[in-house]
Amino acid sequence: MLSGPVVLAGCIQVDAPSEPIVIELNINIQSEVLVRLAEDAEGTIEENADIF
Amino acid sequence: MKQISMRKAWLVAAAGAMAITGLAGTAYAQRDPAYAEARASGKVGEKMDGYLGIVGTPTPELQRLVNDINIKRKAVYSEKARQAGATIEEYALTAGCIAISKTVPPEMYQGPRGEWLERTNAPPQRDSRCPA
Repeated sequence: MLSGPVVLAGCIQVDAPSEPIVIELNINIQSEVLVRLAEDAEGTIEENADIF
Repeated sequence: MKQISMRKAWLVAAAGAMAITGLAGTAYAQRDPAYAEARASGKVGEKMDGYLGIVGTPTPELQRLVNDINIKRKAVYSEKARQAGATIEEYALTAGCIAISKTVPPEMYQGPRGEWLERTNAPPQRDSRCPA
């Protein structure tokens, strides 16, 4: 029972960031799809400059 | 007869000139000042997934700003993705690549490992799938 705190004392303290970074990337999306959509998305960003 | 066709031609030319002037006068809406300030001060940054994120400690104000923009972005992605025959996630990821490319120093963006990075004069670090 006493070994618990001793072991814990040896642990490296990692402070969690206040705001967790949420990554919602779909790893299944292939680069070919991005290449196909690039020009279209570029235009979309320019047309909607107020929200980009 | 000739006079009529001349007048017609003039009208067509005038309409054309007006159309060209109208096009040249198209100015896309700009960022509102609160959003521009949040970007410039690094309180918000461009995420890889095509949406805006809060860098550092969130405040209700920042949360509102980011949510508002992200809802609008999602609506745009949704419509454009449908037209392009892609999923919203595919379209958003592509837009994220481009939005990160378009950041200017010292704006913040999310690097390939999910960490927040400050944009420098060097090209940004992007997902390996991002188009050149």
